[in-house]
Amino acid sequence: MGVLKAAWWIARKDLAVEIRSRELIYTAMFFAVACLLIFAFAFVEGRTTIRNAPAGILWITIVFSGTLALGRTFERERQAETLRALLMTPVERPAIYLGKLLSLLILLGSIQVVVVPLVGLLFGAPILRAPFMLMGLLALGTTGFATVGTLFAAMLTRTSSRDVLLPVVLYPMSLPALVGGMQGTLWIFAAEPNYELVQTWLAMLVFFDAVFLTLALWTFAPVMGE
Amino acid sequence: MTPAVDAAGGACDFSVVGVDRVSKHYGRRRALARVSLTCHAGTITGLFGPNGAGKSTLLGLLSTLLKADEGRVCYGTRTAGEWGDPLRARVGVLGHDLYLYGDLTARENLRFFGRLYGLEGAALEARIETALAGAALSARGDDRVSGFSRGMRQRLAVERALLHHPRLVLFDEPFTGLDDASVRRLAARLADLKQQGTVVVMSTHDLDIAEDMVDSAVCLRNGRIVEIPAEGGSLRERYRAAVGAGE
Repeated sequence: MGVLKAAWWIARKDLAVEIRSRELIYTAMFFAVACLLIFAFAFVEGRTTIRNAPAGILWITIVFSGTLALGRTFERERQAETLRALLMTPVERPAIYLGKLLSLLILLGSIQVVVVPLVGLLFGAPILRAPFMLMGLLALGTTGFATVGTLFAAMLTRTSSRDVLLPVVLYPMSLPALVGGMQGTLWIFAAEPNYELVQTWLAMLVFFDAVFLTLALWTFAPVMGE
Repeated sequence: MTPAVDAAGGACDFSVVGVDRVSKHYGRRRALARVSLTCHAGTITGLFGPNGAGKSTLLGLLSTLLKADEGRVCYGTRTAGEWGDPLRARVGVLGHDLYLYGDLTARENLRFFGRLYGLEGAALEARIETALAGAALSARGDDRVSGFSRGMRQRLAVERALLHHPRLVLFDEPFTGLDDASVRRLAARLADLKQQGTVVVMSTHDLDIAEDMVDSAVCLRNGRIVEIPAEGGSLRERYRAAVGAGE
């Protein structure tokens, strides 16, 4: 069986489980909206938002809610030891990784469908100024973050302090993708937008994602060894 | 009759599984020490021993999830590393945990794992129906597994492990939570597997139930194989003689 086909079955299974339980989408969404409201109280004075704050707020919200979802993705597999069952199937290990990554990206994407308009609404961010570039930044930045996050979440599955360790190891490692996404968004939201710089950050994100994904696929099988 | 080799299994097949002087450590703790045994097609090997004796570790090694620190586990003439991924398509495992998704229905669980084992289309659907009938769950196939009793889940997990017609079947405590009728059904299933030429290794504490099923009995104690006397009463009595009455 092909790696992509197996990955698709695994992602479909994860999404089916999520649609039934709605555990991750509700908790991550609630957390994201709560974050935005807290930031709104902190950074909006009168009707004016502190300059450059919306880009940072958007990405911090995505990262925090994403971390919450990441931890639970593999925790679910651990509860009934279904991760062991997955590892005992004949599918190649990278298929398991890609399946998990794909389902996580769909989940994070659906959270962003709510979060991005809220950032526009609460902080007056011009989210429709360059919509395709913004979508590109969000897609590539989130992919970079989730690529690293899925690997670390898998690595920490059998660690008792995984909830504490995940952000500690994840944030420094995914920093290039997060900085890229944040800088690109900053230049779209700026009073004088610079689309050339946005394109540069998009190109950087493509590079980061390719490197992260290659390394993750390469290391996932040994990480899941025993 | 031999179990059909499914697509994911490719050309991988074997009729004997050999464990040759295998040792396994978890940190400084020794789980298995130079254990050797051979299991043949069409036989059921019973794996007995007190808690912590190393039974689950041995099953983990046979399932390819664990790697031996010393020694070799051979499937036919090759090791797991030499067979590669297709070997796992020839192994079916029922673990202590049942490897089922509670939020999916019984049918969805079987379909998901069937697909990962390379089954598709009408063949997969036919096997799912047979498996549900085997687990006496045909009427509950579209119910979520989280609503099942322990016994129902156990029956489904057995069928999940056998869905892809594995050559090597590893059962860890297969009788847990089963009522009398289910135990009899499982015994019949094991007899079928024997007839089909499957290599079955079964770990259990239910010695009375296992006595009539197993062809050979292996007893582990502190990670080592302890000889069970061939004669001298029931399996339980011989087991007690081997490991000590206190166990």
